[in-house]
Amino acid sequence: MLDFPQWKVWSIIGTIVLGLLFAMPNFLTERQAASLPSFLPNHQISLGLDLRGGSHLMLEASTDDVRKTKLESLEETVRSELRQADGGAIAYTDISTAGGKLSLIITDTTRLDAAVETLRKVTRPLSGLSGARDVEVNVVDGNRIVLTETDEGVAQSIDNAMAQAVEVIRKRIDELGTREPTIVRQGANRIVVQVPGLQDPSALKALLGKTAKLEFKLVDVTADPAEVAQGRTPPGSQILPLLEGGAIAVKRRAIISGDQLIDSQVSQDQNGAPAVSFRFDSTGGRRFAQATQENVGKPFAIVLDGKVISAPNINEPILGGSGIIQGSYTVQSANELAILLRSGKLPVELKVVEERTVGPDLGADSIRAGAIAAAVAVLAVSLLMIASYGRFGVYAVIALVINVLLILGVMSVGGFTLTLPGIAGLVLTIGAAVDANVLINERIREEQRKGRGVIASVEVGFRDATRTIWDANSLNIIVAIIMFIFGSGPIKGFAVVLSIGIATSVFTAVTVVRLIVARWLARARPAALSI
Amino acid sequence: MPLKLVPDNTNIGFVRVRFIAFALTVLLTLGSIGLLATKGLNLGVDFVGGLTMEVEFAQPPALDKLRVKVDSLGVGTSALQEFGSPRNILIRLPLPEGDQAAVQKVVAKVQSGLKADYGAVKFRRTESVSGKVSGELIEKGILAVVLSMAAVAVFTWFRFEWFFGVSTVVALVHDVIVTLGFFALTQLEFDLNVVAAILTIIGYSLNDKVVIDDRIRENLRKYRTMDIGPIIDLSVNETLPRTVMTSVTVLAALMAMLLLGPDVIFGFTAAMVLGIIVGTYSSIFVSAALLISLGVKSRAAPVVEQNAERVVRRKA
Repeated sequence: MLDFPQWKVWSIIGTIVLGLLFAMPNFLTERQAASLPSFLPNHQISLGLDLRGGSHLMLEASTDDVRKTKLESLEETVRSELRQADGGAIAYTDISTAGGKLSLIITDTTRLDAAVETLRKVTRPLSGLSGARDVEVNVVDGNRIVLTETDEGVAQSIDNAMAQAVEVIRKRIDELGTREPTIVRQGANRIVVQVPGLQDPSALKALLGKTAKLEFKLVDVTADPAEVAQGRTPPGSQILPLLEGGAIAVKRRAIISGDQLIDSQVSQDQNGAPAVSFRFDSTGGRRFAQATQENVGKPFAIVLDGKVISAPNINEPILGGSGIIQGSYTVQSANELAILLRSGKLPVELKVVEERTVGPDLGADSIRAGAIAAAVAVLAVSLLMIASYGRFGVYAVIALVINVLLILGVMSVGGFTLTLPGIAGLVLTIGAAVDANVLINERIREEQRKGRGVIASVEVGFRDATRTIWDANSLNIIVAIIMFIFGSGPIKGFAVVLSIGIATSVFTAVTVVRLIVARWLARARPAALSI
Repeated sequence: MPLKLVPDNTNIGFVRVRFIAFALTVLLTLGSIGLLATKGLNLGVDFVGGLTMEVEFAQPPALDKLRVKVDSLGVGTSALQEFGSPRNILIRLPLPEGDQAAVQKVVAKVQSGLKADYGAVKFRRTESVSGKVSGELIEKGILAVVLSMAAVAVFTWFRFEWFFGVSTVVALVHDVIVTLGFFALTQLEFDLNVVAAILTIIGYSLNDKVVIDDRIRENLRKYRTMDIGPIIDLSVNETLPRTVMTSVTVLAALMAMLLLGPDVIFGFTAAMVLGIIVGTYSSIFVSAALLISLGVKSRAAPVVEQNAERVVRRKA
């Protein structure tokens, strides 16, 4: 128990030195740490938002929305496919969407098979080997075709939508110029956004809360304004609210959508008022040119998120693939819109379901208070240990200090985040880590009382206590892991420190102390132990 | 002369007083359940949803005046609470109906309202949690506590014997319920952090019990002819210095945290302090003595035979 081969001694010392090296940058200022020679570790522990200040937002997409959007686009596709079916357009009536199903009646039953054939081609196979498709096509009651979205199909579209949403959010936040945002998906339909140093998240939320779906649609000039006012929609058209109030009838089909947009900037209109310029890619530009050519003299509507921003007249064909959006913008709101348009539309609307914002003062206060508490805790525990166990208490304190540094080192090199509860975990570990030493020392005391010699007491003390220490700590690790898996946010940060602390404390309190004790016994050969 | 919190060779009859301890335990548990049923927990926004803002004022504001002010903003009924110092006030508001824009409006209203009346105020933190998320957080919290208890039971069962598992879990349930009762009594805010504290209490209290159980098992092997009562007493007494010393060091560290540490985690630290005290009590007086009531016998129950007997009984 007290024999240490040379390689073991060196690996223990090596581990400690390595740990201390990794912990060291945390005691320097950020500048000093950055200017360290490159062969030295210079990673500091990353602080959680509760310590450095910043905003944490959890966004959630409504899965019903994804389902609905998908069904709507399916309806569009079905309409156009049937119109362009092989062997001439297929007539249908009573097309409707409800409960995740799209149903329609084929008027000419002789074309039923052709219709089913056509619509089957619309469906896509899902990834994977199941052979399932995203939409099932069935015939009921002789002439009614029902298209049902499969659960797998919906899950896949949600997955796609979320992946795309993460990208869009990343672009939008980068545009804000904030540093090191963390954007991660959580679960099936959530995204967690963490932006350190951000005090007022309202600008961020304003950017994240908008879908920014831009469409250009022709205004339905044949619609009777009185009918529109009463909400009666002409066929093939839809009624959309105008930004300045009122409503307008526009063609259902968009001539072009924002997907083809490649750039958008703040600019000025002819009167010098802020406006937003946009530019389409080449296909988009061609389509826009064609549409404006065919409709000179007619108004078209610029629709953002289902609201008509403006409905200018097409005075001449717009051939260059670019233009400006006029409206009552300030420079700031024009810039916001430009960012939104540049970053593309969110495939799904996101709602903030959880928000935590911490001011930088509070974070700094917490760090200071935490550091003081940790220092006082080390001091108090050290005094207790030294008063109780004398020389063995000093050894325990050495182990304790190494332990704290090792925890900091592991957290730095492992890229773990220190949170406020993590600081509490550190302080708790300070109090609990000496338990192993208490166990060992009390065992040694007992063995001494039984009249064993110095070496034998220490041997038995370490041996018997080690078994107990392993039992107790493996249980603690289990609890910490459960905490890590099921805990959210603050609990996770606490569990991380606790787990690291348990592992390092077994090393320092048992192995390191045993090494020190063995060296001392070999050198001093004490006749009696004062413990 | 080294400091000894517990004198050498104590011989306290813990087993003899076990019925008093059991009665006290039952009383504490029932009292806590009663408090939970009548007063309930002061659940934070993590668990009920809502909006919290911590505001720092230049001068300590009069709470009743501040309440009238906030309530006049038309953002729902507020609950105010001093937080750490009289200048820091925690404002709790119900989550408004509607989407995030509604939350943003409430935050803006409170901010401008307070700035108008109090001048320089600092908004130190804002938290809003929707009802859906808070429901999930409750579920996850309960799941974590229940799972760690189950893991403990299984581990102690395999590592020791089933009766150690039972006595440990009974004592742990007691520790958790009494801690919850403390939160019902003091009406300290019960948030996610406190759940972490409870999990830690489980882990720590377990530590104590494992150390004692370890010693009981060792002594059961060593003194085959001794009765279970004296063995338990001997084991608890032998480990008493360690139990007390460790509790004291942990409490010393936690007290530093409680008195000097950040205010945000006051409840969290308070829960742990109480949990350590309760856990130490239940380790010394309850869990070990419970083994007798579970019918553990010394001579009839060396480890191997106990196992064999269990297998036979199961088959029958």
